[in-house]
Amino acid sequence: MQLVFVQFMTGLASAASLFLVASGLSIIFGVTRIVNFAHGAFYMLGAYVAYTLTERLAGAFGFWFSLVAAAAIVAVIGCLLEMVLLRRIYHAPELFQLLATFGVTLMVEDLVLLIWGPEDLVGPRAPGLAGAVEMFGKRIPSYDLFLIVLGPLVLAALWVLFHRTRWGVLVRAATHDRSMVAALGINQKWLFTGVFALGVFLAALGGALQIPRDAVNHSMDLRIIVEAFVVVVIGGLGSTTGAFVAAIIVSQLNAFGILVFPKISLVLVFIVMAIVLVVRPWGLFGKMPPPAQSTTGATVRPWRPLGRTELMIAAGVVLVVALQPLWLSDYALTVGSELLIFTLFAASLHLLMTVGGLASFGHAAYFGLGSYGAAFAVKAAGLPMLLAILAGPVLAAVGAAIVGWFAVSLTGVYFAMLTLAFSQIVWSIAFQWVSVTGGDNGILGIWPDAFAATPAAFFWVTLAFVVPALAFLQMVIFSPFGYALRATRDSELRAEAIGIDRKRTQWVAFVMAGAAAGLGGALFAFLKGSVFPDAMGIPTSVDGLVMVLLGGIETVLGPIVGALVFKALSIWLMSQTDYSKLVLGAAIVVIVLAFPKGIVGTLSDWRARFEARRAAGRAPAVAAAAAVAAVVAGGVVASVVDQAGPSRDTASQEAQP
Amino acid sequence: MSKTVPSRHILAAAFALAMPGQLLAADIKIGEINSYSGLPAFTEPYRKGWQLAVEEINAKGGINGDKLVVISKDDAGKPADAVTAANELVSREGVVMLTGAFFSHIGLALADFAAQKKIYYLAGEPLTDAMVWSKGNHYTFRLRPSNYMQAAMLAEEAAKLPAKKWATVAPNYEYGQSAVGVFKKLLSEKRPDIEWVGEQWPPQGKIDAGAVVEALAATKPEAILNVTFGPDLVKFVREGNTRGLFQGRTVVSFLTGEPEYIDPLKGETPEGWLVTGYPWYGIDTPAHQAFLKAYQAKYNDYPRLGSVVGYALMQSAAEVLKKAKSTDTEKLIEATKGLKVGTPFGEVTFRDVDHQSTLGAFVGKTAVKDGKGVMVDYSYRDGAKYLPSDAEVKKLRPQN
Repeated sequence: MQLVFVQFMTGLASAASLFLVASGLSIIFGVTRIVNFAHGAFYMLGAYVAYTLTERLAGAFGFWFSLVAAAAIVAVIGCLLEMVLLRRIYHAPELFQLLATFGVTLMVEDLVLLIWGPEDLVGPRAPGLAGAVEMFGKRIPSYDLFLIVLGPLVLAALWVLFHRTRWGVLVRAATHDRSMVAALGINQKWLFTGVFALGVFLAALGGALQIPRDAVNHSMDLRIIVEAFVVVVIGGLGSTTGAFVAAIIVSQLNAFGILVFPKISLVLVFIVMAIVLVVRPWGLFGKMPPPAQSTTGATVRPWRPLGRTELMIAAGVVLVVALQPLWLSDYALTVGSELLIFTLFAASLHLLMTVGGLASFGHAAYFGLGSYGAAFAVKAAGLPMLLAILAGPVLAAVGAAIVGWFAVSLTGVYFAMLTLAFSQIVWSIAFQWVSVTGGDNGILGIWPDAFAATPAAFFWVTLAFVVPALAFLQMVIFSPFGYALRATRDSELRAEAIGIDRKRTQWVAFVMAGAAAGLGGALFAFLKGSVFPDAMGIPTSVDGLVMVLLGGIETVLGPIVGALVFKALSIWLMSQTDYSKLVLGAAIVVIVLAFPKGIVGTLSDWRARFEARRAAGRAPAVAAAAAVAAVVAGGVVASVVDQAGPSRDTASQEAQP
Repeated sequence: MSKTVPSRHILAAAFALAMPGQLLAADIKIGEINSYSGLPAFTEPYRKGWQLAVEEINAKGGINGDKLVVISKDDAGKPADAVTAANELVSREGVVMLTGAFFSHIGLALADFAAQKKIYYLAGEPLTDAMVWSKGNHYTFRLRPSNYMQAAMLAEEAAKLPAKKWATVAPNYEYGQSAVGVFKKLLSEKRPDIEWVGEQWPPQGKIDAGAVVEALAATKPEAILNVTFGPDLVKFVREGNTRGLFQGRTVVSFLTGEPEYIDPLKGETPEGWLVTGYPWYGIDTPAHQAFLKAYQAKYNDYPRLGSVVGYALMQSAAEVLKKAKSTDTEKLIEATKGLKVGTPFGEVTFRDVDHQSTLGAFVGKTAVKDGKGVMVDYSYRDGAKYLPSDAEVKKLRPQN
């Protein structure tokens, strides 16, 4: 009984800071529709700034003032970020802002390191709350009691703010229908800035409040961000009460779960989220979202399959790529194989995201299943390499069929989060089931057969798998099935009215995308010689999203260019500098500002304008488009492989009836 | 056709980038890979350590007259990126050996890469026993005392304690699992009367410390084995102190005496824990004093354990190259077997039987002195004494 009480109190205390962060995230998303990946970074900054202030300002007043001041300082930084960066890209396609905040997160991680150094910092205990209070024969930290009281107080304050002030009413109105609010003459700019600042303030306060219990360190951001998203989604988007309840549920389940199954915390929140979303598709307190106002597919220039000339160019480009082993070095060829593999990974996600309108946050699960499928085929069944590579997509397709069956019931961010939950569950199985998967020590010795052992030969093998797979995905887009998929994306009601089974169509697309990613994963296993759970971790999923968004979500060729640019840039930077995250993050922010529709999307805009002036400038523009992308990539093989792109480039497409 | 023009430029650029860098003939290149961006708290001092060693080696005439050059790459904490970096070092830079790695799984990925590409690999930090035993290979050597060795050192001391009921807390991944597994096995062998009453497995970096502390307290142990480190350790200690978990209980703890982990705790360092670590302030051997002075003179900072590992790693690599008088992989491997190297902790031997060095660790108790966490009553434990017999090792390691 004592134990039940003490675990309950501990759960409540943990819930408080989780709630602060999650409510900030929820408010920002509700109004601006930004999936603020940088929220964890603000949480971390809050903790670091508070640490610095508490070191300078002594005494009880100094301590509490420091916490609030830190949150306010970080909120100002958030404000500036919103005004300088995000304000410019609100009109960009949905989720594009995710890319910008991802770039900012990368930069903050390295900046924190530069400013505060690599060591963990331990701040002071809260004056007056350093000890514990004896309750029912158990010692409850007095700071925990403070947090337990603080949580509901913040909730109440937010309620008053949103229900009793004009600003709050406007915020709620904007959450429901922002264009209507704008039509009524409200200055959206400042509303958005204010909301962003409030959200960041809550995140930073959540971070600052951790000082007396945690060590301030530079991986705090990633630790909290995913959990905060999960809490927001379980509670229902835009609902602060929901976030509060969800934070308590998650924390309590964790506090009690470890008594029964000590290893549960690894995956618990994701299991809870998966169950909640399957049972209640819009979270506990969420309402069914209004029909989408604009879709990702609302492009002015409709897609068009390749013409005969373009197909010939494509064939020529593949030929040129295939000739690369004649002169490129071994290292360049292994990088080239990796670029090809990630091109396929991004293209498979693109089928879901752009063609199907279903953004998956857990696509790495199928990439990873592909890797493990190949590894099992080699280790358990002793299959030769070529057969093992085919085993990858099979396992991935099976996984995708199961997950997809649940996931296609949902749409939008809920779909994204359910895929994330399943990918984490798959990851934790790979991580935890040591006897089969080797746990985090992975499966070693998955090297290519003798005939493909040289980097050149493996490059050809990779090409021989990737090119047909890319061609297949391309064919799917322009097949009757692809049109049906696009119909379900553009209007669910109309699609169903003409007899398209939305769920079945999307489910098939999900399995196809999973299998294609699995093929990439299988090739990846042989490229690296080993398989580890981190291949299916959240960072890999995020990389996939970044590649698709970077290339341009409304384009056909975007993922290929995006994958080449992102992967080549990150490999090159990591080899050249210790602050690769800072440079990569800055590069992403610059690209976001320069190419607000993604690289290919913006290039094809430019080209359309160019063509309007000079109808006869097609070929150079295509080449120029590729060249610009290639220069940005700065990669070795990237530039060459990139030539494969333009053949299918939207840049070479014209509007047709 | 105008289309070919840009592609020609691009190919030219590609060529330029793909060309290996030009170096002097008398340079001997070593490739070094570590998680510099992923784990800077350890790898920054580590880098300072090996840079100091390289400087000293070259000042003393290098490798039989040739200059030692270390090319260092970041792996961002991911095995796949470590393999990319290894590829670059081997096929583009032409290094004669690979060194480094912190995380066990990255060490294993590099060891497997070394076996596949037939290149020499000297691991520094990775602790997993699999490195030299179950997944050991012909091409891989390891410097630091393994999980098994550290567990054996702690179990030896733990067996002297009166405590009979033990609980464990360890991060939920291979390192934590194997540390707990080996410790339990060795302690139960020495003390069959011991009862294991509870275990907690918080995810690495995400401990819910209050809940874990209470769950441990509920099993009413007389002693606790802790394997958490870094931010998790800080949270665990803070909650444990506030909630009185450590009162009247002995705690045995892996790595906690290392400056990397004990220093952040400052005045909150729990007293009387039995730990492995590195009391840099109190090691009076001439070898260590020389290292300490050189390190402080160069960096105006005190060394962490990472610094010692980095320093000893490069010393070892240099000794291997000197003895082999060649950069041929097989000659390097032959030279390392049985090689004796002088390190800041004294002379160590690279064992022929499993390629593990006999580098040891300091075992002592934690205390607070002037508001800082320190180790007291410590002594150096020679790694050679904490390894199983050769016959047992041969059973653990694939023989080929």
